[in-house]
Amino acid sequence: MAVFKIPYADLGKLFAAVSASEKLYLPVDNKLGQANFEEWEEGKEMSKQLNTVRSAKDFFFPQIQPLVKFRREDKKVDIIDIREESEDFVIFGAKACDVRSFDVLDNVFLAEPVDTQYKTRREHATIVSLACNRPAETCFCGTFGIDAAKPAGDVESWIIGDDFYMEPVTDKGQAFIDKVKDVVAEGDQAAVDGQIEKIRTIMGKLPLADLKPVDNREKELEVFNSPKWDELSSHCLGCGACTFVCPTCQCFDIEDFNAGYGNVERFRCWDSCMYNEFTLMAAGTPRKTQKERFRQRFMHKLVYYPIKNDGMYSCVGCGRCLRKCPIQMNIVKVMKTLEEDA
Amino acid sequence: MSVNENKDWEPKIIAICCNWCSYSGADLAGTNRLSYPANVKIIRVPCSCRVNPMFVLRAFQRGADGVILCGCHPGDCHYSTGNYHTRRRMTLLFSMLNYLGIESARTRVEWVSAAEGQRFVDVMDGFVKTITELGPNRRLEDLRCKQN
Amino acid sequence: MQAELIKRATELMEDGTVNRVLGWQKGQFVYDITPAVFTSVEDLKENFVYNAFCGDNLSKYLRAESEKEGKVLVFLKPCDTYSFNQLLTEYKIHRENVYVIGIECNGKTSGEDLKKKGIEGILDVEENGDELTVRTIYGDEKVSLKDVESYRCATCKSRKHVAYDELIGEDGDILDSHRFDQVEEIEKMSAEERFNFWRGEFSRCIRCNACRNVCPACTCEKCVFDNYDSGLYNKAAENTFEEQCFHIIRAYHVAGRCTDCGECSRVCPEHIPLHLLNRKFIKDYDALYGDFMAGAEVGQMSPVVDFTMDNDAEPSVVQKGGAE
Repeated sequence: MAVFKIPYADLGKLFAAVSASEKLYLPVDNKLGQANFEEWEEGKEMSKQLNTVRSAKDFFFPQIQPLVKFRREDKKVDIIDIREESEDFVIFGAKACDVRSFDVLDNVFLAEPVDTQYKTRREHATIVSLACNRPAETCFCGTFGIDAAKPAGDVESWIIGDDFYMEPVTDKGQAFIDKVKDVVAEGDQAAVDGQIEKIRTIMGKLPLADLKPVDNREKELEVFNSPKWDELSSHCLGCGACTFVCPTCQCFDIEDFNAGYGNVERFRCWDSCMYNEFTLMAAGTPRKTQKERFRQRFMHKLVYYPIKNDGMYSCVGCGRCLRKCPIQMNIVKVMKTLEEDA
Repeated sequence: MSVNENKDWEPKIIAICCNWCSYSGADLAGTNRLSYPANVKIIRVPCSCRVNPMFVLRAFQRGADGVILCGCHPGDCHYSTGNYHTRRRMTLLFSMLNYLGIESARTRVEWVSAAEGQRFVDVMDGFVKTITELGPNRRLEDLRCKQN
Repeated sequence: MQAELIKRATELMEDGTVNRVLGWQKGQFVYDITPAVFTSVEDLKENFVYNAFCGDNLSKYLRAESEKEGKVLVFLKPCDTYSFNQLLTEYKIHRENVYVIGIECNGKTSGEDLKKKGIEGILDVEENGDELTVRTIYGDEKVSLKDVESYRCATCKSRKHVAYDELIGEDGDILDSHRFDQVEEIEKMSAEERFNFWRGEFSRCIRCNACRNVCPACTCEKCVFDNYDSGLYNKAAENTFEEQCFHIIRAYHVAGRCTDCGECSRVCPEHIPLHLLNRKFIKDYDALYGDFMAGAEVGQMSPVVDFTMDNDAEPSVVQKGGAE
């Protein structure tokens, strides 16, 4: 499809054009210079940070999601459905890793039984992805076959010099371009190709560029019983920082909140396999030590998930856990340690 | 909140009273046929030091507009030292709440003995008046807990 | 300094004083250093590292480590020694199983602190006294350690070791680093401004519990927030109340025991200034009950429980003193 461009300084016009009909979310810096997705309004500028602290999974799988309400009067219990059809919205400036994470989540939430809340949000979203001009040392999306230079989604975009280039890649993407065609102009394909080449060269120079995942699908038990887990997990604090900044972690818990006066609200919230009360049952927890909980997280990402999904890994190499772990233990260290073993 | 609703608004006050002094003080007020505002809901605890910070926070979450804690006068605690603990704990807690922007007037500790029925009434009158002037608690309330 | 530490640790391991070493282990990059236990001299020589990025407070791990057999060697920075003393006060560490080497500290930085200055793609960092040369994919940058040091180090309370068996490097002094300045600024705001300030901070909280789990003072076997029967069980904040509730209770539970090591703020993925809550408590009891530094000595009573019978501040001081 054709390529379109708009001067970077004029992006506000594009945002305004989109916001007229639907909500647009983009990474915005807070006062500490950290980016998170926020709804665009006049005056908000797109962050120049490489990526957001929280991942883009929040759009489809928010941290807290009310499911249903109960109201009790005397002996009667009313069940109130509070699910809502999502409105159309645009996620602007998601990076290649986050865009791939949606595919990972799709395999979980869109498989039978389909998660209707997830599905409605997914269907109403248009994803405008942005290529990474300045990847960091913590990036290893290439490991999982993700191309940061061609970030997928509905519209792919690049910042080239002072211009912002866009290329629709799906019908939804074309519809997005149609909406903003008054503010964009036809662009030059060669400029985009040049930028893609440039980004790929940088990606090749990253310190984790030669990290390759090991297919352990056949060796599930072997990896599970590896003596390395003791050492790897020995200093894990058991916090959930890695799981909550992770774009692909999809575990949740369903809880009830008793609001009093006979009202009960049932909601689901993110859960972390690093927590000691994860999957707590009447008989206790199945994973009693931090080692077992730690192992669960990485086995899930690197072994169990690929087994169930034709070898697709449940990690997209965004590097968030590399930056945010309090003790700097992370999936790359785990992969490298297990690799020595293999 | 609309103006209309505001007109109907009556403060909800939670008074946490120790069994040995303040609750008896409230009792005495009743026996003496002294009246104190009906906005005050009393919760009886064995000793004022039974109150942990969560009691106070929970009251606000569930819609209280002010929380007042009553215990024996320092030196008179049934358990000798309970209210000394209360004094330190609540000083620090209230200061923290104030630091987070919850008006300090919404939280109070008063010492009321079993013989001070009139004082109990005066304290509650005064507290209800303060909270009425402050208006409804918005900063620590949980909207899910609204009666509707 | 790293070579010196390895040399001394090797000696102590070889003469049988200790059978393992709790220290810092090299990572992928220069800054992603993990706490680790070294059980052999070879391991120590190969993987032990000590540099400007070794921020972790290792006293947290001594609780479990000192339960194990044999003596463990641990390296503690000045601020870590306060936590160490505090844990001893609470009988959480078996002192006889620990050999403490106090090490000099001139402030620490972290990968995140470098990135806050806009330095991305870090490949290597060369330390030259107070100057750091950062080699990145996008070129080299020179910064001074002072410019990139963690906030907690810029407002360090003390460079003096309060517990050690031996010392490597110089012992420092208790500092006057204006650590309460930010607290005072917030106190000067109106109630509404304060509320909005904290709402802005807490609304970023992702409830990962990193602040709680890294805290050397948080030593409960089961936290109230993880205990379904506590009535406080909560995995994610649904509204402002739950956001505030977690942070008030977390700070309150360590009031009088917090040594102001700043680990909570260091690990927060959203950089919420959690130390400002702890420091508020410290400032309050300093002002109301006399100066108190948790962990300065073993066996101190926390001001939260160490009441006096008369002349104690009444809770109403909050109303008189607080700006409305």
